[in-house]
Amino acid sequence: MAITILIPTPLRQFTGGKSEVAVEATNVSEALDALTEEFTPLRKHLYTEQNSLRNFINLYVGDEDIRYLDGAETKLSDGETLTIVPSIAGGNTAAEAKAADESPTLTTEEYQRYSRHLILPEVGLEGQRKLKNARVLTIGTGGLGSPLGLYLAAAGVGTLGIVDFDVVDQSNLQRQIIHGTKDVGRPKIESAKERLLDVNPNVNVEGFEMALTSENALELFKDFDVVVDGTDNFQTRYLVNDAAVLTGKPNVYGSIFRFEGQASVFWAEKGACYRCLYPEPPPPGLVPSCAEGGVLGVLSGIVGTIQANEVLKAILGAEGILLNRLLLFDAWTMKFRELKLRKNPNCELCGENATIKELVDYDAFCGLNALVEDELPYEEITATELNNWLNSQSDVQIIDVREQHEYDFARIPGATLIPLNQIVNRICEIPKGKTTVVQCKGGVRSAKAIGYLQDAGFTGRLVNLKGGITAWSNEVDPTLPKY
Amino acid sequence: MIALTREHLDAIKAHAESDYPHECGGLLLGDLDLDGNKSVVETLPMENTAEVETRHDRVLIDPRALMLADRNAREKGLDIVGYYHSHPDDEAVPSQFDLDHAMPVWSYIIVSVRDQKAVDWNSWEMENDRSKFNKEIAVIT
Repeated sequence: MAITILIPTPLRQFTGGKSEVAVEATNVSEALDALTEEFTPLRKHLYTEQNSLRNFINLYVGDEDIRYLDGAETKLSDGETLTIVPSIAGGNTAAEAKAADESPTLTTEEYQRYSRHLILPEVGLEGQRKLKNARVLTIGTGGLGSPLGLYLAAAGVGTLGIVDFDVVDQSNLQRQIIHGTKDVGRPKIESAKERLLDVNPNVNVEGFEMALTSENALELFKDFDVVVDGTDNFQTRYLVNDAAVLTGKPNVYGSIFRFEGQASVFWAEKGACYRCLYPEPPPPGLVPSCAEGGVLGVLSGIVGTIQANEVLKAILGAEGILLNRLLLFDAWTMKFRELKLRKNPNCELCGENATIKELVDYDAFCGLNALVEDELPYEEITATELNNWLNSQSDVQIIDVREQHEYDFARIPGATLIPLNQIVNRICEIPKGKTTVVQCKGGVRSAKAIGYLQDAGFTGRLVNLKGGITAWSNEVDPTLPKY
Repeated sequence: MIALTREHLDAIKAHAESDYPHECGGLLLGDLDLDGNKSVVETLPMENTAEVETRHDRVLIDPRALMLADRNAREKGLDIVGYYHSHPDDEAVPSQFDLDHAMPVWSYIIVSVRDQKAVDWNSWEMENDRSKFNKEIAVIT
């Protein structure tokens, strides 16, 4: 095909002053090859050293930008005109300072550290600089936050914000691998920061030792590029989702329970948010927490690293992130499944006629305030008080509503085991004439048991042990193992 | 060397002042001779399509508008011979960004604007090896 290439003035010095050059070619790529073969010095003004078209060179076939056609593969027909148009852009030195900020260069040490990334074309130098420039906020430094933080730091994410108000507990160490045995009793923020900087001292770790609340979330989120949800309760999960949508940030979600994990990327600008999937939380108490139901430690590692993977891809602008997809993983059967999600056009938060414009009271939204504000529908005592009762009164009995295997390794002396799911059927085993203290691990199942007994018409006096056997171990008998 | 008239220069300065505090940009249309000397026949203000919040520090011309301007100029027997833009609250000196986006041969006229007044201007030309800009002699005709 005979093609005419229109040469802009700046490049005519390389074409012997010609403003038009005729070549034979069937597509754009061939036409440019023919042109630069004839006029070799032209090449470096059109192509970078990596042999890709310079980003300020625009090519038009007729009236159409080839970016909106098939790029360099755009077909040319006989007699067509290919116009080379250099972009025009200018900027002053103030923008320079900002631009330098925006794409930090790598130090010699960083080139070595990230060499396995740099040789991946999908990351490369440009991608590594994007990672260095990125600000990622992880909510929680627990089961998910641990592997997540470690891998993001290792990968060279420039700034990692970490939010946690908790203190490292012995029972965290089974899965929260960012903390060590020596850290028990320390604020999680402190031990996490120390570990992250040990993994990669180039990372700027910003620790926020506070609970994420409706008052501080928007302010905090707006300074970050990506938010990662490593929380373990519904109030915070909705808070993270809502604040991410309101500030326009992607929310990389993960959750774990027993052997099952979930992960997705909620990004309202591009797809579904958490509320599109679950407009409302389950009733309080229906879904047990990991503290009550247990969790396989390594599961948090698997789900947390899936989140880390998606965070990096979101920063790198990769295709194929977990958008509009809910990944379900079962560690016990070792199976992955995937559900397709769709943005809900009527979503109250991210839909077209969204009604939620600000953060709300998430305890109330999740039905938790009712219990706190109203009077408890049952009596409660502390472990210390129970101990006094046992020492001074004889008409007190303890019903332990945990499972057999929990009872086997730790129990309050004299407690009778009736697991929660059998409590109603075995109601006749509980003498009504005595004061009955009901107890579990932390006080949630026992409160539920009291409700079941009351509903079933139990007339004796029922008292809940606040904090369960854990409180007993803390206040009365430290030799009792905590779990 | 570039030749332009007092009227061309005044038009460029007026554009820079009226768009302050944003950056402005436009084309220099004219003739290029075999020695690489340029003479301006027309100035053509272009729209700054950079995002509003960055316009104090950035100017971006839509490539399609540029392609059409180039075609119109060719039809009139003219060529794009250069490009002018303003530096609000900054020197009339090219930035690294300017260098990264420059082409050889073209004249780059930069106008420094402070407090809505065009206080300084220079014309620049990039070396062929893309290493730097040199100040170019501008003749007011």
